[in-house]
Amino acid sequence: MLTRSEVARLAALARIELSDDELDAMASQLDVILSAVAAVSEVASQDIPPTSHAVPLTNVMRPDVLNWVPRSQAMLAGAPDVENGRFRVPQILQEEQ
Amino acid sequence: MNLLSASAAELGRLIATREVSSVEVTRAHLDQIAAVDTCIHAFLAIDATGALRQAAATDARIAAGEQLGPLAGVPIAIKDLLCYQALPTTAGSRILEGWVPPYNSTVVQRLIAAGLVLIGKTNCDEFAMGSSTETSGYGPTHNPWDTARIPGGSGGGSAAAVAACETPLAIGTDTGGSIRQPAAVTGSVGVKPTYGMVSRYGIIAMASSLDQAGPVARTTLDAALLHTVIAGHDPMDSTSLTTPVPDVVTAARLGDVRGLRIGLVREFSGEGYAPGVELRVQQAIAALLTAGAEVVEVSCPHFIHALATYYLIMPAEVSSNLARYDGMRYGLRIGDDGTNSTETVTRLTRGKGFGTEAKRRIILGTYALSAGYYDAYYGSAQKMRTLIARDFATAFERCDVLVSPATPTTAFKLGERIDDPLAMYMSDLCTIPANLAGIGAASFPCGLAPEDGLPVGFQVMAPALRDERLYQVGAALERELTAKWGSQLLAQAPALTDTKVVW
Repeated sequence: MLTRSEVARLAALARIELSDDELDAMASQLDVILSAVAAVSEVASQDIPPTSHAVPLTNVMRPDVLNWVPRSQAMLAGAPDVENGRFRVPQILQEEQ
Repeated sequence: MNLLSASAAELGRLIATREVSSVEVTRAHLDQIAAVDTCIHAFLAIDATGALRQAAATDARIAAGEQLGPLAGVPIAIKDLLCYQALPTTAGSRILEGWVPPYNSTVVQRLIAAGLVLIGKTNCDEFAMGSSTETSGYGPTHNPWDTARIPGGSGGGSAAAVAACETPLAIGTDTGGSIRQPAAVTGSVGVKPTYGMVSRYGIIAMASSLDQAGPVARTTLDAALLHTVIAGHDPMDSTSLTTPVPDVVTAARLGDVRGLRIGLVREFSGEGYAPGVELRVQQAIAALLTAGAEVVEVSCPHFIHALATYYLIMPAEVSSNLARYDGMRYGLRIGDDGTNSTETVTRLTRGKGFGTEAKRRIILGTYALSAGYYDAYYGSAQKMRTLIARDFATAFERCDVLVSPATPTTAFKLGERIDDPLAMYMSDLCTIPANLAGIGAASFPCGLAPEDGLPVGFQVMAPALRDERLYQVGAALERELTAKWGSQLLAQAPALTDTKVVW
């Protein structure tokens, strides 16, 4: 059973601000979804190897050659805020609360 | 002959022989978009000027005697998940509203190199999460067969655009059925290639171990021609396959199923399946028998758990992939008032910028990956993925392809399932196993359900890398059924107001 306060904790971990209405709606909906998917853990027993990827692949290597296309102008054009040709971000340090 | 109902193969041939120009073909499709897209809403962005410029350039290359590919000069629409420098790429989300990518996806690059004309970006569910386009931040797309109904999702825009003859071709992406289910409910052809056959570079990620781009078209041959343009190894995608792309075009041209062993998946029938869907799938199988195929019934016992498995693996990957939308480097930023911290701004931005379904899946994924639940949820789901892949392996020992309905019902009404996530998720019941196993699968039109007169899709699944078999079966089915109907299925769709299509 997923409670409202657990959903609030998960939303905080996921960095998503949710309104009270959203928290209420999501708690009951997620609960329905989770009970529907619970059967998976009952069927899949311990001795089965997990599959993380459909096609088994090993790491791909390539020669370490410079292949730089200057794109900084195009990238900054899509930024929410720019200062002196760089991304401007809000303050990253705050007083302890 | 009508430029809007003609196949892409035919248009390509006419353009190559200079019987019509790419400019004329492109202009005809832009006119059709202007006429019908206010009621269909398949497009989020249209690049009329750029498209006509590309078309003129292709015409000039052909006039100069250059030998271009079979789709040169043919218009195409791109799902809004693929980066294209000429237009905004939003993934159907408000969090990326107006964002113009600094580079092209490999798929877009290949289309440009092959001389196709990129006319616009198509609507989709937000970050491809949905089965109806109703989670798009820009409003839903409407099904050309009945505009009160869903066009499927997430790639409803691509499927509806093709079905409404706004474009002969489109690109979709398929994580759990987002190419095949929209194709099924709009009467078009949609193919999800084997995972790794089409590069994911520059395609906005939803669930990276499942995402795969593929063709949307009105005929099997058109889909095969487009498949050939977009498939192939790409060093920019570490999961890109190095194996050669199978000859899907020859398979589509021959449509030879004599002696082919077709396995009907027993688990995908019965309760929850519309009678008209089951009827048309049975008739499609009868048509394939007529064409010389052999049919057996097979059981894949773990397929009933595929949906649940998907709703553990996919949200886990979503919660990780969507972490990048933090309001710092691109898209929306909310609450940057000089006092709020970066973390607060990120929280406010994501709260405002993501829609309900995106939030639901991110939180579900955060839960499935969190300490204490990882083994029970994500770990078990990965084991189930193994069991589903083994079901496929066992079935493919007895048959060359597997078949089923593409989706359990025909198109439902807009609004009908939007507040019932589980009912919405059921739309992908039959399509998900192929994504979990990474194999190729497709949906081909197989008739109209007698109860509502809406299209039914026939799903074909082939072993990994044997995508040509999808086209073999699709082409055989198309040949048998169009002979019976006397026309393509889409010719039976009710005419849209102001449409310029003549069948």
